[in-house]
Amino acid sequence: MKAAVLALQGAFAEQEHMLGEMGVEYFEIRRKQDLGQEFDALILPGGESTVMGKLMRELGLMEPIREKIKNGLPVLGTCAGLILLAGELSDGEAPHLATLPVTVKRNAYGRQLGSFRTEAAFGKTGEIPMVFIRAPYIEKTGEGVEVLAKVDGHIVAVRYKNQIGVSFHPELAGVRSVYEMLFAKAG
Amino acid sequence: MNQNERYELNKELAQMLKGGVIMDVTTPEQAEIAQAAGACAVMALEKIPADIRAAGGVARMSDPKMIKEIQAAVSIPVMAKCRIGHFAEAQILEAIEIDYIDESEVLSPADDVYHIDKTQFRVPFVCGAKDLGEALRRISEGASMIRTKGEPGTGDVVQAVRHMRKMQKQMAEITSMRKDELYQAAKDLQVPYELVRYVQENGKLPVVNFAAGGIATPADAALMMQLGAEGVFVGSGIFKSGNPAKRAQAIVKAVTNYKDAALLAELSEDLGEAMVGINESEIELLMAERGK
Repeated sequence: MKAAVLALQGAFAEQEHMLGEMGVEYFEIRRKQDLGQEFDALILPGGESTVMGKLMRELGLMEPIREKIKNGLPVLGTCAGLILLAGELSDGEAPHLATLPVTVKRNAYGRQLGSFRTEAAFGKTGEIPMVFIRAPYIEKTGEGVEVLAKVDGHIVAVRYKNQIGVSFHPELAGVRSVYEMLFAKAG
Repeated sequence: MNQNERYELNKELAQMLKGGVIMDVTTPEQAEIAQAAGACAVMALEKIPADIRAAGGVARMSDPKMIKEIQAAVSIPVMAKCRIGHFAEAQILEAIEIDYIDESEVLSPADDVYHIDKTQFRVPFVCGAKDLGEALRRISEGASMIRTKGEPGTGDVVQAVRHMRKMQKQMAEITSMRKDELYQAAKDLQVPYELVRYVQENGKLPVVNFAAGGIATPADAALMMQLGAEGVFVGSGIFKSGNPAKRAQAIVKAVTNYKDAALLAELSEDLGEAMVGINESEIELLMAERGK
């Protein structure tokens, strides 16, 4: 079991810390040649989706990563990572990987003063702590998308085949169940 | 939500900015250029530091109208500066829901003794520091992000390098101390013992640490990242240069792949004219000396 962490910008070190705690081997993807290594799961961290999307495009990472996801690579996108996966963005911005059939609203809770912490049920694992930082939420889901969590009526976590997208930061709250769900797919 | 939870969320926003470039902008158009170039946040201000330096006189918080226009123009976080100790300016910035306040030595200090009690605010603060003592004092006052002070508006990176090296060296010293030596270290640094203990246990600051001041090229950005910065602020370096969009993009990529010399060489090619810059020894006003 080996995970790759997209390390272009944002909280990738926090994801790596989480993987380390769980005893999962990982490496960073910063350039196209990094994709040459074998890996079983991919993590798209929090940060600024505009920055990561642009860098993925210009560093030649977008197409190969999209292909891998379409071919079944288990992927977890947290916060900005969810935005990268989304098929549509409700502010009309161009989508990035667009592999996950959902519509995501960016900065859905407003500016930093709208950031918050809460607890809510996640899939079948019961309540988990959730940290939302200038977070997005999911406005619409396409066919076959399973809703894993809702907060105040808004969808904040989904699963679709090999893809998991969450609006919050499981790496900041140390929530293992989200990662266990990802690794279960990686086998 | 209690203040502790709010402080955690504010530190966490800084974590999301890591590995990124925060750019000074003075107009909505510049903010859009910065966002398109890959800035992870923008700093809204009326004049960039080089012009503040050139204009002289008292530099104050920017017009809230201008900051709001920038907030409307971009989707990335928007920061703004208030004067050191000017808590009323900070209250105004909080009222317009700024994402981060920079209590900044670039503006004229409003108080030559006291910094703002940042624990009284819900919005996060970033503060400058030229050594570990200053950094930990700002953190104990409630700053949730630290940056080097550098020497703003000069295009000369020497001070940012000096501050980053000093901070890293002091942290390494603390890490190697015996536990019973930490009390004296706290006294020497004029900071609370708990923060010194945190540095010893973790080998780093309890908040994100960026480089700022005098960064003008992709190489400057890579230098600061290799010295231990977690991201960079670029002020005058971008919009005082010949081709701001191209330079901004190059600096963003340099911060992501700061160890890849071949890529850095490519990024450094043909960027047009860099900001002219002033050497540290040629300037009369050392902004980094403001607020200790």
